[in-house]
Amino acid sequence: MYDFLTGPMLWVTFLVSFGGLLVRAVMYVRGLSWQLDRVAYRPHLGYGMRGGIRSILAFIIPFKARLWRVRPGFTIIFFGFHIGLLVTPIFLEAHNVMLKQAFGFSLPALPAGVADALAWTCLAGGLFLVLRRIAFPEVRIITTVYDYLLLVITVAPFVTGLIARYDMGNYDFWLTAHIITGEIWLLSLPFTKLSHVLLFFMSRLQLGMDYGIKRGGMKGTDMAW
Amino acid sequence: MPEGIFCNKTPINTDEQLKATLNDKGGKQYYEEMNQLDVDSDKLWGAIRKTMKSRTRTWLEICAHCGLCAESCFLYQVNGRVPEQVPSYKIQSTLGVMVKKKGKVDNAFMQMCMETAWSKCTCCNRCGMYCPHGIDMGIMFSYLRGLLYSQGFVPWELKIGSGMHRVYRAQMDVTTEDWVETCEWMAEENEDEWPGLEIPVDKEDADIMYTCNAREPKHYPEDIAEAAILFHVAGENWTVPSEGWEQTSLSMFAGDWECCKDNVLNVYSAIERLRPKRAIGTECGHAHRATVIEGPYWAGREDGQTPVPYIHYVEWLAEALRTGKLKIDPAKRIKEPVTLQDSCNYVRNQGLKDVTREIISYIVEPGCFVEMAPNKEHNYCCGGGGGFNGIGLYREQRNMALRKKMEQILDTGCKLVIAPCHNCWDAIRDLEEEYEIGIRWSFLKPLVIGMLDVPEHLLPKDE
Repeated sequence: MYDFLTGPMLWVTFLVSFGGLLVRAVMYVRGLSWQLDRVAYRPHLGYGMRGGIRSILAFIIPFKARLWRVRPGFTIIFFGFHIGLLVTPIFLEAHNVMLKQAFGFSLPALPAGVADALAWTCLAGGLFLVLRRIAFPEVRIITTVYDYLLLVITVAPFVTGLIARYDMGNYDFWLTAHIITGEIWLLSLPFTKLSHVLLFFMSRLQLGMDYGIKRGGMKGTDMAW
Repeated sequence: MPEGIFCNKTPINTDEQLKATLNDKGGKQYYEEMNQLDVDSDKLWGAIRKTMKSRTRTWLEICAHCGLCAESCFLYQVNGRVPEQVPSYKIQSTLGVMVKKKGKVDNAFMQMCMETAWSKCTCCNRCGMYCPHGIDMGIMFSYLRGLLYSQGFVPWELKIGSGMHRVYRAQMDVTTEDWVETCEWMAEENEDEWPGLEIPVDKEDADIMYTCNAREPKHYPEDIAEAAILFHVAGENWTVPSEGWEQTSLSMFAGDWECCKDNVLNVYSAIERLRPKRAIGTECGHAHRATVIEGPYWAGREDGQTPVPYIHYVEWLAEALRTGKLKIDPAKRIKEPVTLQDSCNYVRNQGLKDVTREIISYIVEPGCFVEMAPNKEHNYCCGGGGGFNGIGLYREQRNMALRKKMEQILDTGCKLVIAPCHNCWDAIRDLEEEYEIGIRWSFLKPLVIGMLDVPEHLLPKDE
């Protein structure tokens, strides 16, 4: 079971996940229309890319955009959640051991304490995201079951991973559960709203190009996100 | 499929239809007919499939339902923060559902969409700045308006407004003759005070072609005279076209894209006919948005640019003051606390935030200018944008919407508001009428004329 999940199944997962995301990126760009979007992408690519990159940076750097500054509490939790979510799996020692075995190289590994802290941050952040969906009327009204499902898919690898890591219960069972939930998460990326892992960049780039070309960029004013 | 006499899927294309629809006072019969209007689901779905591309599809799909857009919307703020005013909810429950149901929606749904698109969004685009994913719901509402218009679900005034643009190529029934006569009249009227004042019509190869808002010839022609006086004093070689002089677009508010294209092509053909070095539009926000920012795309110009550089009035004014073409008498500058309304349509949507402040630096005594908070791109809509000002059916909602601007103005402590945009000007006038907070409001032109340092040779000779 373990060999299958970390062997052929993992390959299929990576292929579908990353391949699927690539397809979505290509489809996104192909579906852009200079006339319907009313953005002259091609003739002013330089202005566009400048605006696009500014737009991405403003929202990927904590407290850069006004949105992040006016809501400091949310910003800290939101970034904590995403940083934990992305950094932990990539730099976790256990994952890099597998990488080393398979390809003979590995990424720098996080000290165990840091990895634990990041994982717990992610879980706490996820819990907060659930609570605010319940507590705030302006979030509750747009929340659907699907939104909760996505949160479950996202934090499940962390829950199972932590249980295995602290050796609670049957280690083999929880390790298998961890691998399966991790693969479900990866497989969900291209097919669900989790595609924002990539489409966030596309969408931000597009709006940034709009501002960089049509909405002021070519007039020499930078949008003060 | 029942189509009303006034409320139907066919745009107004003749003067007779226009007059008949206007005679239906307040749209009484029009809105009654709307209750019977069928939805052509196949046509609706066909339009969505054809025009809804990856940008909008992605926006609808990846909305994380985080609710961060809520607080960005002034209509959410002034309406007791009810969740039904959250921008994401507003677009998901209208356009989102329409797409999910593949256009198979009923009359009641379409009327709900109409109410949402025209009374719960002014297309100010502010929410787009506060969405982490960069989802601009103002753009989507503008798109939804187009779908609704094509199905006949559009407020009465905007059906008429876009009909005006179709019949007269102006937002009001101003003919070419009316326009040219008004220009001649205004030049004559002001000749004594400004010797040599001219409003040159159809002059070829001028440096500037000036375009305006049909309300100027129709209701306050002095605005045209003021533009003429300032060009005259600045010594500009300018002209107005007899055709293609109107740059506003109620059809943009109505979602009548076919008409938008026709009207903007009319302005561009005036440019091609008269070959000015550049064009300048009046102190209007949506007119600039329509003719300069979105217009090139409607007209199919791949570079997204107008045929010649086409600037907003505030850009010309700043330049004229900067280069000394217009001189201000320092003694006549504004010496009371004064604030500035940033128009969404050319500030958030074209970044013209610094030129207006440059003008302020010339015409206001240092220390007297007070910024609104927030301001520039982050400023709130005046409360009457996107056609909201003109729709009788939603007057109550519009009056509520004015409260945000009222609070902002009250917070500055100023009694004078500079509003270089027709729509903002109207909204601020209406908010004073409605709430009586004791403010005055003005375009830039009359303020600047009142403080000009006029060269000797331009002054009237004493008899």
